[in-house]
Amino acid sequence: QLEQELVEYFRTQVRQDPEVPSAVAAIRTLLEFLKRDQTGETILGLRENLTQTIRRLEEADSSVAVSSGGELFLRFISLTSLEHPDLSQCKKVMVERGELFLKKISLSRSKVAKLCHTFIKDGAKILTHSSSRVVLKVLESAAADKKRFTVYVTESQPDSAGQMADKLQNLNIPVTVVLDAAVGYIMEKVDLVIVGAEGVVESGGIINKIGTYQLAVCSKAHNKPFYVVAESFKFVRLYPLNQQDVPERFKYKADTLKAVEDLAEEHPMIDYTPPSLITLLFTDLGVLTPSAVSDELIKLYL
Amino acid sequence: MKRESIVPAACAAVTYTVLCHPHHHTVFIVLTDGPGNKDDITRSKNEGKELSKEEKQRLRKQKKQQKKQKERKNEKSETEKEKTPVSLLPPPRPVATQKAPSALPAPASAPIPVPASAPFHSSPAPSPADKPAKSKAELKAERRARQETDRAAKQPGSSSSGIKTKVPLSELNPVVKRLPEHVQVDDPAVVKRLAKKLERQQIPLRSDYGYKVSLFSHLHQYSRKAPLTQQLSIPSTVIHPSIVRLGLQYSQGIVAGSNARSVALLHAFKQVIRDYTTPPNEELSRDLVNKLKPYISFLNQCRPLSASMGNAIKYIKKEISNIPSQCKEEEAKTKLLTCIDRYIEEKIVLAAKAISKYAIEKISDGDVILVYGCSSLVNNILCEAFEKSRKFRVIVVDSRPRLEGREALRRLVQRGISCTYVLISALSYILPEVSKVFLGAHALLANGYVMSRVGTSQIALVARTFNVPVLVCCETYKFCEKVQTDSFVSNELDDPDDLMVTRKGKTQLENWQDVSSLGLLNLVYDVTPPDFVDLVITDLGMIPCTSVPVVLRVKNLDQ
Repeated sequence: QLEQELVEYFRTQVRQDPEVPSAVAAIRTLLEFLKRDQTGETILGLRENLTQTIRRLEEADSSVAVSSGGELFLRFISLTSLEHPDLSQCKKVMVERGELFLKKISLSRSKVAKLCHTFIKDGAKILTHSSSRVVLKVLESAAADKKRFTVYVTESQPDSAGQMADKLQNLNIPVTVVLDAAVGYIMEKVDLVIVGAEGVVESGGIINKIGTYQLAVCSKAHNKPFYVVAESFKFVRLYPLNQQDVPERFKYKADTLKAVEDLAEEHPMIDYTPPSLITLLFTDLGVLTPSAVSDELIKLYL
Repeated sequence: MKRESIVPAACAAVTYTVLCHPHHHTVFIVLTDGPGNKDDITRSKNEGKELSKEEKQRLRKQKKQQKKQKERKNEKSETEKEKTPVSLLPPPRPVATQKAPSALPAPASAPIPVPASAPFHSSPAPSPADKPAKSKAELKAERRARQETDRAAKQPGSSSSGIKTKVPLSELNPVVKRLPEHVQVDDPAVVKRLAKKLERQQIPLRSDYGYKVSLFSHLHQYSRKAPLTQQLSIPSTVIHPSIVRLGLQYSQGIVAGSNARSVALLHAFKQVIRDYTTPPNEELSRDLVNKLKPYISFLNQCRPLSASMGNAIKYIKKEISNIPSQCKEEEAKTKLLTCIDRYIEEKIVLAAKAISKYAIEKISDGDVILVYGCSSLVNNILCEAFEKSRKFRVIVVDSRPRLEGREALRRLVQRGISCTYVLISALSYILPEVSKVFLGAHALLANGYVMSRVGTSQIALVARTFNVPVLVCCETYKFCEKVQTDSFVSNELDDPDDLMVTRKGKTQLENWQDVSSLGLLNLVYDVTPPDFVDLVITDLGMIPCTSVPVVLRVKNLDQ
């Protein structure tokens, strides 16, 4: 069945290129779907099929990024469909534009890195959380700029992301791994905190690996700047009011959601950091304050 | 004693004759200024130089001449009514706009007050013969008003100091934003201006009541026992009866609540439009707007207009003035009526449905929701959520003297929602139980502040300390361009007698007027800063409180 193929395609994408963001892989898969799909007769039908595929993909990988990437693609599709009433022509245009879009967003990580690395001063001590490829890119470009800095990485259980420490060592950046519990202890030593994000919500807050929230609270208490680096395709149309308000389908891994009956027993994998704790967000749209995120989203979606 | 100020712009070259006004015992000299002298004056003014003494005197005399001429013309058309002296016909000049939540016309200032010797007539019911002349006079009055605002822009300088101060032309060209008159009640000049304007529109002036607390002495304070309608003659030929009824309903509190007031206003305007006939030689688009102005002043006197009413009035005025001149009257009227119906349908009814849809997503099973007072929108949301079988319970917080929470309680209990009722003093006691707070809003200001019933900011503040999310529900037609950071600058003072309460046959504050050091304060609105509000639900979606100016900008682009 086409959907099974696509999920396989998605998985192979992620496996082949570990650097690719999951949202990009999702969009690439959806583009594949557009190319391969023969059954669609109407634009509405096409949209329905796409929504189905996105849902299937979300089941495969339950991160927020897949959801946001899928929604972005859908919105972009609905815009195109208004211009070309003929389906086959529409599809062609969609595929073209999809490729263009993909090209643009594959460059977004380097755009973010370019913006952010200037905020890292010489001799800085940076604290980061878990393993984020965007943060890695930022630190890479800062190192390439001949800046000297040290990095503290949290161990980030339950799936310890020690790989971040290895990668940084390969770049010859002095790195120390600290326990998640030692964040408060180490906060007075560091100068700034940089984290990635799995999703940026409408209020300007972020959804990220669990432990980010307490990192943010500690940095606020010590008056250290808390920076978030995220590409613009991670903006998602959610508005959580507190930790409980984050939908369940994002909190746990895809396999857990399918396998387990009572989710209350499971430990969530992500948490929500409210915008009041975030100093600045670095995106490929520019350097934004949390309140400007909503501005961008309104421009994008309304 | 005459007060004067200098006319800044170029005067039309007119030759004057000797005038000996029967009512004034002064004679003015013939003044036929050649164009050359006048140009000199205007040129020097344009260059921003101070006029020489002779030039100033000459200008003053010119002005007086023209005023006398005008007066004579008016005297011929109107026999009884005393007209305040008119200033000269202005060439096209920048119109000073006035940012006021109520779209009131700029108040006319009279730089030269009526001479004491002349008898002061005011006819509340003018004879029918005056009516056609009145429309022309009203146009003149508008022109005057526009002029006076320009002059009044410099007036504070000239009236306070004895000398004539001159403002260079360049400063008058940008739009002059003045404070609306309803927040300047302690300034006698402004009050006088208002009185003159109301007199011109033939609407009685409502007098303030009781001792006002000094911090709020710049606001009006009326008594409910003296409604404006008592001072009107019945039947009033100036004000449409449905407007009179509406005014009474507002002042007595029969129609209360932001949405209810706006809808009632729009229905009354629909009736006005239905009964309207264009007078001969007039255009509907201009005349109807002029007809509405005294109604708006009247309603403003009954109860200060709310932000939502202001936006509705702005919309109607825009629609009326956009009617093409070749449009037939019946067609125009039906068009206007459908416009108003559509406005109500889109901005209020459908908006409420959209807001309920978003808000219901935020209500989960097992929630304990706190509401304050009676907001039609919040009640709507809760009833809809209950129909969609969400399991929640409601805590209704109420406060004196309005006790609006009782109405909300009645509506919710009727639907079968389990409710608790507390007074606002018990707020910190019940907040630990609460999971969400839903608040309505009277208006959302351009800097993200929420203006709502007094007590709302208190609830938001305490909820913030308990880490309870605060959600404000507001339709987009209540967004206004005003900016306010505190509740003092612009507010509404209600009847202080409402604070008196009779318990066990004793009324404690019965003779509060006799105690000279005692003042009663009955505020109606307060302003909540955006840091205390977590989420604003509008018909456009869920936005953070800081994004209100973005929505305003998007809305202005649409229009």
